[in-house]
Amino acid sequence: MKPFTYERATSPADAAAKAASIPGARFIAGGTNLLDLMKLQIETPAHLIDLNGLGLDKIEDTPDGGLRIGALVRNTDLAADMRVRRHYGVLSRALVAGASGQLRNVATTAGNLLQRTRCPYFYDPNQPCNKRQPGSGCSAIGGVSRQLGIVGTSEACIATHPSDMAVAMRVLDATVETVRPGGAFRAIPIADLHRLPGDTPHVETTLEQGELITAVTLPKPVGGVQLYHKVRDRASYAFALVSVAAIMQPGDTNGIAWGRVALGGVAPKPWRVEAAEAHMKQGAKAVTAGLLADARPTADNRFKIKLAERTLAAVLTEARG
Amino acid sequence: MKFDTPAATNPIDQLKVVGKATDRIDGPLKTTGTAPYAYERHDVVANQAYGFILGSAIAKGRISRMDVAAAKAAPGVIAVVTAENAGALGKGKWNTAALLGGPEIQHYHQAVALVVAETFEQARDAASLIKVDYQAEAGAYDLAAARSGATVAKGEPDSTVGDFNGAYAAAPVQLDATYTTPDQGHAMMEPHATIAAWNGDKLTLWTANQMINWGVKDVSQTLNMPEENIRLISPYIGGGFGGKLFVRSDALMAALGAKAAGRPVKVALTRPLMFNNTTHRPATIQRIRIGTTREGRITAIGHESWSGDLPGGKPETAVQQTRLLYAGANRLTAMRLAVLDLPEGNAMRAPGEAPGLMALEIAMDEMAEKLGMDPIQFRILNDTQEDPEKPGRPYSQRQLAECLRQGAERFGWAKRSPKPASVREGRWLVGVGVAAGFRNNLVTKSAARVRLDGQGMVTVETDMTDIGTGTYTIIAQTAAETMGVPLDRVAVRLGDSSFPVSCGSGGQWGANNSTAGVYAACMKLRQAVARKLGFNAAEPQFADGHVSSGGHTVPLAQAAKDGELVVEDLIEYGDLDKKYQQSTFAGHFVEVAVDGATGEIRLRRMLAVCAAGRILNPKSARSQVIGAMTMGAGAALMEELAVDKRRGFFVNHDLAGYEVPVHADIPHQEVVFLDEVDPISSPMKAKGVGELGICGVGAAVANAVYNATGVRVRDYPITLDKILDHLPEMT
Ligand SMILES: Cc1cc2nc3c(=O)[nH]c(=O)nc-3n(C[C@H](O)[C@H](O)[C@H](O)COP(=O)(O)OP(=O)(O)OC[C@H]3O[C@@H](n4cnc5c(N)ncnc54)[C@H](O)[C@@H]3O)c2cc1C
Ligand code: SF4
Repeated sequence: MKPFTYERATSPADAAAKAASIPGARFIAGGTNLLDLMKLQIETPAHLIDLNGLGLDKIEDTPDGGLRIGALVRNTDLAADMRVRRHYGVLSRALVAGASGQLRNVATTAGNLLQRTRCPYFYDPNQPCNKRQPGSGCSAIGGVSRQLGIVGTSEACIATHPSDMAVAMRVLDATVETVRPGGAFRAIPIADLHRLPGDTPHVETTLEQGELITAVTLPKPVGGVQLYHKVRDRASYAFALVSVAAIMQPGDTNGIAWGRVALGGVAPKPWRVEAAEAHMKQGAKAVTAGLLADARPTADNRFKIKLAERTLAAVLTEARG
Repeated sequence: MKFDTPAATNPIDQLKVVGKATDRIDGPLKTTGTAPYAYERHDVVANQAYGFILGSAIAKGRISRMDVAAAKAAPGVIAVVTAENAGALGKGKWNTAALLGGPEIQHYHQAVALVVAETFEQARDAASLIKVDYQAEAGAYDLAAARSGATVAKGEPDSTVGDFNGAYAAAPVQLDATYTTPDQGHAMMEPHATIAAWNGDKLTLWTANQMINWGVKDVSQTLNMPEENIRLISPYIGGGFGGKLFVRSDALMAALGAKAAGRPVKVALTRPLMFNNTTHRPATIQRIRIGTTREGRITAIGHESWSGDLPGGKPETAVQQTRLLYAGANRLTAMRLAVLDLPEGNAMRAPGEAPGLMALEIAMDEMAEKLGMDPIQFRILNDTQEDPEKPGRPYSQRQLAECLRQGAERFGWAKRSPKPASVREGRWLVGVGVAAGFRNNLVTKSAARVRLDGQGMVTVETDMTDIGTGTYTIIAQTAAETMGVPLDRVAVRLGDSSFPVSCGSGGQWGANNSTAGVYAACMKLRQAVARKLGFNAAEPQFADGHVSSGGHTVPLAQAAKDGELVVEDLIEYGDLDKKYQQSTFAGHFVEVAVDGATGEIRLRRMLAVCAAGRILNPKSARSQVIGAMTMGAGAALMEELAVDKRRGFFVNHDLAGYEVPVHADIPHQEVVFLDEVDPISSPMKAKGVGELGICGVGAAVANAVYNATGVRVRDYPITLDKILDHLPEMT
């Protein structure tokens, strides 16, 4: 771990301004991802700006009937919130499917969105990795890639975004609110928060240097059956091989009036293709074909295509009741 | 005490303390976090500095240049140790690769430097400033590719009985199948850790080590110094599973670091180093051929295994159990060892049998199916009461059939549908599986010292270790039983090389041998007590803290009123283990449910019925067996060190990447011990259980998955991607 300095921010705008002006500054929220990466010297911030204590830990109703989730709300608190459980069940389910109880008690909403990949080569500083060390190459391509991405990936990087929470937020059409270093606010649709790797896999989001996430807002509840199905090698405490976040409105002849679906564990960001959702009535095969039309799996992770399709089929069956 | 004739009735048979389910006497220390583990011995020596190990970034090749100037100049740095300044080092008998690499690199994450600094963070930061130029060389990292070049390992000749090839060719029912098991890591909670302190030319190591005396010898060989100048102290160990049988780089580097720094140094391996810097259970490829009569009697059984290791290493002895487990007149077992440049392969819980039975017990299931027989019936039909390679050499005890029968009854085996993929509960495909468990009982000498003080307190001292297994408690029970005192009148001190040399913890030999050694010492103490008290006539009785003889009863403490009585003795064995085959047995039963959509495999229940001699403490023995069953379930379903075959290392080198079972994976376990005493094994009439629980359980899981889905997976771990293509169509 490199020596670093530390301060507690006094306001969100202050935090953003400092993060942009102090070289090597990083925000720290729960620290469950950042500290691990610092211990391995994968991240070497010179200065930490602590966001705890800024009052960003509240969940509030919005005027239009939605919910505003503070950036520092803990995963445990968010999952347990009655409004979330009642109206945004997919989010609650995704949260409790992630990590462990201890981690969720500390992990925050913004930290979860911005957690970094779990690609094993990213975690080993001896190995080439374009994300960790731009231009050094990608060890995962041609290496051990069972956990890695099948769609939205590139020649430079096939890593996935590991969050469960973000996948649920994607089907909920959440919006990420930020404050920029100059003090201006902006709202970013969650679909636009994470970037695809292209040939710059180290640039993971559309946030600018120092831009601080203050909240995530959810639009007013859409109802439907809300499910999160996470598939993994052990029963708990493992990242998804594939996960399906779904909101399904039962009804109609084939059991589903409309549905939204996003996949986790397959791409560098929560993976949703709205056009594919039009095929919901035709069933899982048709929807998955749309979602994964551009899939370029490795030999190690080709199974994720079939797995995604079958998991979605199970979700559809459950939604039909 | 020489043990060369079967045990007669002795004080242990009273079973006032031994054999009772007993809480760990060290439990309160553990649950309050006050048991002193190696890295936390802040109290033992002042002025400790921190060492951080830098592991090699390549798997094979040479260091062409190393620049430590920046590291040396970094804040807080006291010393940097590399092969260049470490002086001439030997290599321990139990190490295959050197613990400090350079200029030659033998495997990934082999230690190449130690930075010693005032704080851990400073040492870690400075380690990253060391510049190492490597000249990488091509290495062999793929067992399947190296298989054809594998050779017979030294001291591991093929074993043949009768005419295997002829009998197999002639057998009306045949099976010829190949199975694979992956590399696995011990993944114990406590990493390897050592504090080293020099006092002149004397070295003390507070460390985490299962085999104190092997450790002293190997440190002596590696540092070229006399054994008597080395003290190893290892009273508490946070799990070992074979990973701490040997001195590892933490101990060597701490010793070298302390020498260079001129003050005590503590070193723990970081978690990412735990998988490539240390040892692991090597992967195997196993071919099994079984030929039977139409009635299901085995006429030919052959088991060949391929594994790899660094030059000079050993094979994984996966064929071991096949020499002994089932009858059959024509037999063949063979091992081939390939040179691989992966990290060092070595012992992990039940080396040999654990991966061997993962293959053999699927083969038995496959064979039973070919024969249209119940797999339990098939096993019982081929049961034997003698060593099948040496007819006339009996088992001391062998209740395998009884384990299987009782297990079948308890588990509800009769309700099993023999037709695969025929039981469905909602979205789950449900199946059950069985396998035999088998692990040898090894006898080896073990010594102890026992003291009796004026308060009547009995103190046992032996270099035996407790790696979380419950050794403290069974040793206390043994001493309490033999000396006729309550458990709380016994103190047990372990894991110190200044104590008499014990068997150590490994190969599930610890419980039987170490308690037998304590028993021997206590019997000698009884004589000393009797002499002291002038009880020369009849055999005195030791009970309730008193000694009685010829109508006189005096408190035991009285024998030490003029000063402590101290005796030492050891158990050593004659040739009973040559005359008799001594083994432990189990019937493993498993029910799984497989998600019909995703192929996720979830255990529902596990049962092990064990026959393993006298069970000294049913509580800790049960803990051992359920822990081993859990590890076996991990081996069956998820554990795999993923090899990067281009770069030669285990990629998933942390506990997020190397998955072991969590609580949610293990919903229900039951363990039954059959009533058994084995007077051939030792005066304790006990055997080991610590490894039996892992032996066979993986195959029981595999067989249950087959029963549930109809998919026969022969390559472990059985992950969902291996069955997904064969699951029922979905709508
Ligand atoms: C063993 C393990 C298992 C896990 N399993 C899962 C799992 O199954 N599913 C899953 O979804 N997650 C899993 N996680 C990840 C976990 O959810 C994340 O570590 C956690 O959500 C991160 O939140 P944090 O608040 O601790 O973030 P931090 O570590 O504090 O920060 C993470 C990143 O976000 C930045 N950041 C934090 N807050 C802000 C803000 N307000 N504005 C801008 N930038 C910010 C930080 O600078 C940093 O770069 C696991 C983690 C571990 C260690
Ligand atoms: S997949 Fe991405 S994160 Fe992984 S090694 Fe390649 S570049 Fe690095």
